[in-house]
Amino acid sequence: MDSTAILEGLIQSVIQGDEDSAGARVREALTAGMDKAAILEYGLSEAMNRLGRMWEDGEVFLPEVLLSARVFQACADALEAAGGEAKAPVGRCMLGTVRGDLHDLGKNIVGIMMKTAGFEVIDLGRDVTREAFVEAVKHHNPDVLGLSALLTTTMGEQRTVIECLVKEGLRNGVKVMVGGAPVSQRWASEIGADAYAANAQEAVEKARQMLGVR
Amino acid sequence: MARMGFDAQPKLRILSDSDIRRIHESALDILENTGVMFRSDEALKILAGAGAVVDFKAGRARFPKKMVLDAIAGCPPGVTLYTTDGKPAVKLEGNEFHYAPGSTALKSGAGDGRDAKEAVSADLRDIVRLVDRLPHIHLQSTAVVVSDVPRAVGDLYRLYIVLKYSNKPVITGAFSIEGLTDMKNMLAAVVGGDRVLAEKPVAVFDVCPSPPLMWTDISTHNIMDCARYSLPVEFISMPLSGANAPATIAGSVLQHTAETLSGVVLAQVVRKGTPVIYGGAPSFFEMRFGTTPMGSVETMMVDVCYAQMGKFYGLPTHTYTATTDSKLLDMQAGVESSLGSVLGALGGINVISGPGMYDFLTCQSLTKLVVDNEICGMVYRLLKGVDTSDDALALDLIKSSGPGADYLSNPHTLKFFKQEQYVPGPVVDRRDRKNWLARGATDMITKAGEAVAKVLAAPPPASLSANQSSALDSVVRGIMKKHGISSLPLGPEAAGA
Repeated sequence: MDSTAILEGLIQSVIQGDEDSAGARVREALTAGMDKAAILEYGLSEAMNRLGRMWEDGEVFLPEVLLSARVFQACADALEAAGGEAKAPVGRCMLGTVRGDLHDLGKNIVGIMMKTAGFEVIDLGRDVTREAFVEAVKHHNPDVLGLSALLTTTMGEQRTVIECLVKEGLRNGVKVMVGGAPVSQRWASEIGADAYAANAQEAVEKARQMLGVR
Repeated sequence: MARMGFDAQPKLRILSDSDIRRIHESALDILENTGVMFRSDEALKILAGAGAVVDFKAGRARFPKKMVLDAIAGCPPGVTLYTTDGKPAVKLEGNEFHYAPGSTALKSGAGDGRDAKEAVSADLRDIVRLVDRLPHIHLQSTAVVVSDVPRAVGDLYRLYIVLKYSNKPVITGAFSIEGLTDMKNMLAAVVGGDRVLAEKPVAVFDVCPSPPLMWTDISTHNIMDCARYSLPVEFISMPLSGANAPATIAGSVLQHTAETLSGVVLAQVVRKGTPVIYGGAPSFFEMRFGTTPMGSVETMMVDVCYAQMGKFYGLPTHTYTATTDSKLLDMQAGVESSLGSVLGALGGINVISGPGMYDFLTCQSLTKLVVDNEICGMVYRLLKGVDTSDDALALDLIKSSGPGADYLSNPHTLKFFKQEQYVPGPVVDRRDRKNWLARGATDMITKAGEAVAKVLAAPPPASLSANQSSALDSVVRGIMKKHGISSLPLGPEAAGA
């Protein structure tokens, strides 16, 4: 089987969420002597790209996307375990749901999609204080900071976190992206965020745009 | 007497057991003492021979109680309808419910339905092709009267088109006495003879009394012929409450019961065991405008009540709901069609006619069929009820997951989300506003139009085998010859052509 066919088989296995079959395709690709970075980029990542588009078109369901993401992660880990240099992450992404807000469903999905898109993801969890955000940014120096808020009562905290970053002189070193049900582009502009994303797929696209990666 | 109940599903009962009993006794009283008019001496003679007290001059037959009770007892408790290739398709019994497009509309409307035009053969072909592909509408109907063929074959030519483009069972009816026999011959040609047709029926024939308490010559003969050929006959009693029936729900249901039972008696007297369906298309008369609203809630209450009577008699039931009086496909159309679809199903009515129809029962619409198919899908979900198994209740899952858990990526969700949720087609919009805007901000009618175009752009399916098709064509050619008709819009081609 040529490498194109192996990759297409891998893509289909990931899309179908079939971990056994995907793992077999990865081993097949390695045995065929294919480059690990190519397997990751043209097999695993391509599968998630296609899934993202299918999801936007309403052709697949969220739990299926998340299952595929798990298969992606397992395959990526297997690639890494197979030795050699793993592909460098396209960027470091830090996520958190702001203080007072316990809703982290959307933020978690963004994290999973970011990971499958090749980002290193640092998830601070939910109900994260402004101080904790500032400390984490200082310490980890992320390329992108995603602030999530689901409530109209907590979205104001997104502005506060940005203000704190400015005060600490950290604002210029990080791209801030906001999201959540009550959030809009208008709100993002008003509070001085760099981007607004309506869903996980868009979050990935915006992050790529801001960092100038494919 | 009662052979069916309302157990084990979401359900709606309006009449109490004692209400049903009173209506039943009252209907027997009407049948015994007032009687029903049949405009056919042949029918009156047959009824007299079977024990009815007949006044031939007045054309009226009165039925002793026992005669009515025997007739009811002789009816099969259900009817299974088959596809034209002999597979069981639709079971009309118990609380199973199946939707059928509204039938015999005069006009066909495109888009939002505002500009409905007289329907032609091609309109019916498109309707049949669409319904063939709609998963929640299990039956076909001869949905429109086609204005581009001679009146003499107006009824049977519709059946011809349905048979050519779909193998779903069909709700139909004849416009004349001999039309019924012609149509029977067409069906027999397709399924492989009269005997197969009697054993595996593929069509139901609607026959309507003329309220109050009368049957025309054509209706009477249609009943008798259905009985002779063993074709399922569906009685469509249509009390117009306040116009040709009492202005009360109870009185309308009573009249409906008496009329329908009189049809049951005639069918069973001609041939015991004739499959009958306890149907109807009542309407609560609109006193302001003199119209016959199908979307009024009282109409639907009459529907559910008479269906309870039908269930009391242990017979499969039918009604005409899931339709609207609106002249265009607007919110009124959505409200009335939804309410009717839900109430009919909650009433456990086996055949629910109406999808696609609007403007009372005068217009059929491809667009509305697509939308109504979604309503039907949602109602099927509703009536499936709630899975309360241990796994579905998820006690262990909730306990082991604890506060703040993420269920979205839990395997339990992956296992259940599709079976618990009815996923509607693209005409139902559930995107967020931004995505909706990005995709053209289209409304339901536009999206339904796109869905229709997609179905009709595909090559038409061949519902019949070559043998079935030529047998059907040959019967229709014979009928054309009889009427001196040289060509019809969608075939069959003349012999030798």
